[in-house]
Amino acid sequence: MTGGAAQRRRVVVIGVGNTYRRDDGIGQEVLSRLRARAADDTADDTADGNPDDTADGNPDDTADGNPDDTVQLVTSDGEPASLVEAWTGASLAVVVDAVLAAAPGPPAPGRLHRIVLYRPDPVPARPVSSHGLGLGEAVRLGVALGRMPDRLIIHAVEAADVGHGPGLSPAVAAAAGPLTAAVLRDLRAG
Amino acid sequence: MTHRGTHLGDRTLAAAGLARVEGEGGMYVRVSDGRVEEVRLDIYEPPRFFEAFLAGRSYTEPPDITARICGICPVAYQTSACWAIEAACGVTLPEPLAGLRRLLYCGEWISSHALHIYMLHAPDFLGYPGAVELARDHREVVERGLSLRRAANALMEAIGGRSVHPVNVRVGGFYRVPSAGELAPVAEQLARALDLALETVRWVAGFDFPDFRCDHELLALRQPGSYPIEAGTLVSSRGLEFTAADFERHVIEEQVPHSTALHARLAGHGGSYLTGPLARYSLNSQWLPPAAAAAAADAGLGPVCRNPFQSIVVRAVETVCAIEEALRLVRAYRQPASPFAEAAPRAGTGHGVSEAPRGVLYHRYELDSAGIVRSARIIPPTSQNQAAIQDDLRGFVQDRLAFDDERLTRECEQAVRNYDPCISCATHFLRLRVDRGR
Repeated sequence: MTGGAAQRRRVVVIGVGNTYRRDDGIGQEVLSRLRARAADDTADDTADGNPDDTADGNPDDTADGNPDDTVQLVTSDGEPASLVEAWTGASLAVVVDAVLAAAPGPPAPGRLHRIVLYRPDPVPARPVSSHGLGLGEAVRLGVALGRMPDRLIIHAVEAADVGHGPGLSPAVAAAAGPLTAAVLRDLRAG
Repeated sequence: MTHRGTHLGDRTLAAAGLARVEGEGGMYVRVSDGRVEEVRLDIYEPPRFFEAFLAGRSYTEPPDITARICGICPVAYQTSACWAIEAACGVTLPEPLAGLRRLLYCGEWISSHALHIYMLHAPDFLGYPGAVELARDHREVVERGLSLRRAANALMEAIGGRSVHPVNVRVGGFYRVPSAGELAPVAEQLARALDLALETVRWVAGFDFPDFRCDHELLALRQPGSYPIEAGTLVSSRGLEFTAADFERHVIEEQVPHSTALHARLAGHGGSYLTGPLARYSLNSQWLPPAAAAAAADAGLGPVCRNPFQSIVVRAVETVCAIEEALRLVRAYRQPASPFAEAAPRAGTGHGVSEAPRGVLYHRYELDSAGIVRSARIIPPTSQNQAAIQDDLRGFVQDRLAFDDERLTRECEQAVRNYDPCISCATHFLRLRVDRGR
């Protein structure tokens, strides 16, 4: 679905992960920051009836934002069918997830990766998180069903710790600010 | 990865990952001289860590914290936690809040069962490696499953605030209750979903099922007059009857070296038992609502089903049941004056059970007078079923030793998926190893 000039485009930001699995909570941390910005910037912007899961409004509708977009914030556990449902019909989907980096190369907790897929039919890199390989499978399922967004941007953060319990490791917590800024840049660019 | 031993009939099979199960774990099968010597289902990540960090938390927190144990069945965790804490606080959930709790739970059943039937289990019967390949050839089939999940998610969002890890559940009820008007569009979606669910039963009933029977004792909840979902007392196929408060007297958990999940057995009844759809159905089929009962009969299910391969039919029937129940509850719903019953803390211990999609889920909390959790105990269905799954696999493998390693491994994986193990509850990949050698 592609909106025309007079039509608001649907943009979705999906935070994947589990806040009780340490660094796997980074996706939801970024969503919380976007939500806080939306609340600050659009004090009179009403939620769409779903106070935590989605926010109907542009998380950054200041002059440098893109006021023509309807930005939806979605929490996901990474289950593929749910991810496909979340991004179906979107012109832009931005997914934020933690990954455990595979060799080669030394691990670098907090390092950011940005992957862009345009109407993809790819064999994507397999992100590894405590909730499994949901994202790669979701892309394959979305392609099979013809339900991919026009553009999919994946922000992946290398995790240090996906053990049990709340709280991000210092390296990943330090990446939350730059990561949120990177997501906002993608939203502004549209 | 597979290895064949030096002797015919002695072999090792190892598969690096069993896909399409909820969680991470492994399976090991050792065959010696043509006999299955050992079958182990290895589970690495049980919720014991949650039990530890619940201690010291407020009595208001377990419903939200334990919901994070599993992305598939958070409502089950919330519900069992609420029952247990409400019991400790001496609170009885009034109507229509009790009905609303069942209604939310129906949403989880529909979502979880549709996921397992369409995305995880059906590909086994149709010869596809997974749902993606099934979707390429039968897009409309997978879309039907996704439509069922959309209806379920709409229901869960209307009551739970969101479909993944709902945020609106609290001890004593809900933070906010929907108006009857807010549920009206959900009912329209559910009415359409009922047709899809009935179609699902007809579809899966046509699959080919291996001839296999499990004779385990069956354990499920019972709510006389209705199919057990969010509440009930415990009954077994050998005549046991007990309440949640007596759960730990009857269910004995034991540590086994290969698994971080404890094995459960029924005290005095010898050994392993099965909980989940087969148990629920076989102990309660007489209380299915009309459309589900008719669908079960048309699908050829008798009053009892002991073939784990047919669990996909039972899940489809239970999906119809959950939608029927949800429609009934929505029609009967009147918005209450208060969204919750006040639950003041007091010192004591409370126990709670509910029927998670995969079976009985037990919680126990010990509170002090200030409402601080002193200890917590969570017994999820997958760890209860672990021993029964192993026992079934032993017989299953023994009858199929003539198969080559690849086929045997594949069929073992399928057999495990019959039980829809939620190793998230106990974690994402089951690694399979079959050892046929010395």
